[in-house]
Amino acid sequence: MSLLRLTRRPFFWIIALVIASFVLVPWLGNDVQLRESLLLAALYITLASNLNLMLGYAGYINFGSIVFFGLGGYICVWLVNSYNWPLSASLITAGVCVSALALIFGLGILRLRGAFFALSTIGIVEAVEAFAENFTPWGGSAGVYLSSSIFAPLGGPARALWVLYFIMVGVMGASLYLSYAIKSSKFGLGLLAIGQNEDAAAILGVPTPFYKALVYSASAFLPAIAGGLYFFKSAFIQPSDAFDLSLSTEALVVAMLGGQGTVTGVALGAYLYEELRGYLLTSQTFSNFQLVIAGALLLLIVLFFPGGLMGFIYSRFPRTQKVLE
Amino acid sequence: MLGVLASIIDGVLVGLVYGLAAMGLTLIWGVMDVINLTHGTMIVAGMFGLYGLATALGAPPYLALPPVLIGGFLAGVALYWVAVHRMVGRPPLMSLLSTFSINLMLVGIGTGIWGTALFNVDVSLPGISMGRYTFPGAHILAAILAAVIAASLYVFLHRTRLGKAVRAVANNREAAELVGIPTTRVLAITVGFGVALAGVSGMLIGTLFPFTILSGDGYQLKSFVVTVLGGFGNPLGALMGGVALGLLEGAITPFVPVSWTLVIEFVLFVLVLIAFPGGVFSRRGAM
Repeated sequence: MSLLRLTRRPFFWIIALVIASFVLVPWLGNDVQLRESLLLAALYITLASNLNLMLGYAGYINFGSIVFFGLGGYICVWLVNSYNWPLSASLITAGVCVSALALIFGLGILRLRGAFFALSTIGIVEAVEAFAENFTPWGGSAGVYLSSSIFAPLGGPARALWVLYFIMVGVMGASLYLSYAIKSSKFGLGLLAIGQNEDAAAILGVPTPFYKALVYSASAFLPAIAGGLYFFKSAFIQPSDAFDLSLSTEALVVAMLGGQGTVTGVALGAYLYEELRGYLLTSQTFSNFQLVIAGALLLLIVLFFPGGLMGFIYSRFPRTQKVLE
Repeated sequence: MLGVLASIIDGVLVGLVYGLAAMGLTLIWGVMDVINLTHGTMIVAGMFGLYGLATALGAPPYLALPPVLIGGFLAGVALYWVAVHRMVGRPPLMSLLSTFSINLMLVGIGTGIWGTALFNVDVSLPGISMGRYTFPGAHILAAILAAVIAASLYVFLHRTRLGKAVRAVANNREAAELVGIPTTRVLAITVGFGVALAGVSGMLIGTLFPFTILSGDGYQLKSFVVTVLGGFGNPLGALMGGVALGLLEGAITPFVPVSWTLVIEFVLFVLVLIAFPGGVFSRRGAM
């Protein structure tokens, strides 16, 4: 299906509506607190949607999706800090570099099937974190601080935060459209076939190693840009923040919660999880036990609701399958 | 030159303990095709068991071995019923997710209670000197204990009725069920043994190196490397893989910064998987 034909489907416009409300609601209300909460929601939606390309479509678990986010953050912050690049160029370079690296890595490690791939993604995080800790231009384990003057080209700190928020929403929208476009394409069909039965897919002519490396690389691009934005915004990056495994874990929980392999479900799951997390972090009792709750949630989903939220909605209202991808 | 040799010998001593840890992982893997992602945390649980008994209660460190063994077994049986039982026979990725979620909860609770501070258990044993180098007594004793436990596992698997049942279930679960082996109970016991081995090896590692609640990830990665070297589901191969990894670690430690060790091991993991998908020391029907 060509991209143009996608615009005739209602789901295309549902995504557009979501993006519009992310932009308009906090802006018209000039609500800074809501903006910060929605920024995190947009980040979660970006990470989870891109993880879903691997997890939900191709059936490959990536425990280390945070590597894309952290590396993107490092490359962007490094270009801005050491070479005074403008933000836009740094973001795009970060995305392209990380995506290219993922393609090269992917061609190697995606020769490993199923569980072995999942195990090696854990190792990738260790390897990249060790690299960042030992690479002097990136400040080693102390990290890199950006001076506050970086916000000047964006019109001062207050306005810059709005600009960064809008770019993040744009990245989120791009992630949703990417998920949707891949799902409706021949490429996506090949991925779903790999997820069902990789040997059968290969026999039927799906170029499995190439498709897997390609989707691995595609799932790296937007998270890398999101990482660049995130660490530009906080003006500080260090290895333990950039490669914090709990964020890729949460992306996994979110994708399973919403329903792996669906576009709507993953976005919905990310939004709900962010709201839940916001509530848990503010209540004293739970703030230490965020991981425990994420773990318990994941266990319940895996044991009892493997289809996630969308699995439940599809089975209760079968007609929604025609509209919500 | 002598320094490198000493480092290699020490690496082999420690490698035996890594091998013991990997035996726990590979036992579960071989019998039911489940990859236990709580493995690293169970190793850390063994370390904290040692810390609790030796430092807090003041017992001699090596007396912690039996309680850790029994505690690990019980934890493993519980793990089986909570996270593994419903996953046996389902796609392996689902058990990966379910054990991963248990791991998250354990790590979350652990960091909630102990934080991420560094813990240390003092073990003072006389070492053996060789020229200018002294091999710490703790390393030697840990290697001996690891070898003894590994040998008893081998005897258990090959000489006892229950051990033979475990191997039968590993070979063909339906056939084992047909000849009257209570497979579910055998699976639960296997996970129990697997986790007990992880706990005991953690306890032994705890006598060698300081540790934090998050140390598990690194040791878990080592266990995967060892498992891949030794061949999946092959406990004896795991011990050899452990020695090989120890050798390698001992040989590179004098030349490479410590933070790169894990990276080199990870690269080895991927390369071995691509070159020898069945494991380096694997042989058919090893279980």
